[in-house]
Amino acid sequence: MRWLRYLNQWRGTAKEAFDQVSIVAKFLCLLHVTDRYIISSTHVQGPSMLPTLNLTGDVILAEHVSHRFGKIGLGDVVLVRSPTDPMKMVTKRVLGLEGHRLSFFADPLVGDDSVNVVGDNVHASTDSRNFGPVPYDLIEGKALLRVWPLRCFGSLR
Amino acid sequence: MHVAENHILEKAILDMGIQTLIWQVTKKAFTGGIIGLTISDRFCSVVPVRGDSMSPTFNPQRDSYLDDYVLVDKFCLKDYKFARGDVVVFSSPSHYKERYIKRIVGIPGEWISSTEDVIRVPEGHCWVEGDNKASSLDSRTFGPIPLGLIQGRVTRVVWPPQRLRKLGG
Repeated sequence: MRWLRYLNQWRGTAKEAFDQVSIVAKFLCLLHVTDRYIISSTHVQGPSMLPTLNLTGDVILAEHVSHRFGKIGLGDVVLVRSPTDPMKMVTKRVLGLEGHRLSFFADPLVGDDSVNVVGDNVHASTDSRNFGPVPYDLIEGKALLRVWPLRCFGSLR
Repeated sequence: MHVAENHILEKAILDMGIQTLIWQVTKKAFTGGIIGLTISDRFCSVVPVRGDSMSPTFNPQRDSYLDDYVLVDKFCLKDYKFARGDVVVFSSPSHYKERYIKRIVGIPGEWISSTEDVIRVPEGHCWVEGDNKASSLDSRTFGPIPLGLIQGRVTRVVWPPQRLRKLGG
């Protein structure tokens, strides 16, 4: 009869462990959804966006809502998945929009949702001048504001 | 007087019960949605195949009420390592809201012979074509696509049951 007691104890502990794990799992899922669909922080570095972004690296907050509704406009600083290396994310400014989001009656076969992105530092930037216009769907977020370094906290201009 | 008060009290308790019930259901739906979205983004998802550009691999007959449903694996998006022959789901380069399913026939660095000339697939891109060449809108029209547009790799057909199979390669 002792093993029956052990079994019940084990069942209680297992249920507790499962509850704790499921709380952690739900939290991780919430983290993923927030990071992918709402807002996330990115560390950006490099000379291609001087003087808007610092050479030594900034942390910026980017939102992931605008691009899903087509609300990316001229002059926006966006996070783009590089067309030359899909593992790299680059930060550039939108300087040209093509395609049927601008004209209401475009022929759907001719429609071309491409965006020209250029770095603010035109002397040290590989961008649409090198790899051409990028398909709109490579845009993953729009920069919102800079949070680090603290002396440069605020919107990017 | 007492009967009327009791009725009001019972109604108040019942209302509160329905409110908490609605709240519980909403919480469960929200949690389920978030978990489902995470699984669909990072693990795998099931999508229908529309059209016959991948016939006979998918949708071998033209009747659309028996569309194939396929399992799309998302683990491949960790390092974007694709091979020739992979069937992938990707966002259209010309209409960003549309998704296509085609097969990769050219990986970066390879040469593809199109109608008039020979094209080199640039770094970070791939050349996709449908299995049904006669009726497929693919790289022969819109050129090589950046690998970043790929949303997942098709591994199996999961519906209808008689067409259940694992894609080779």
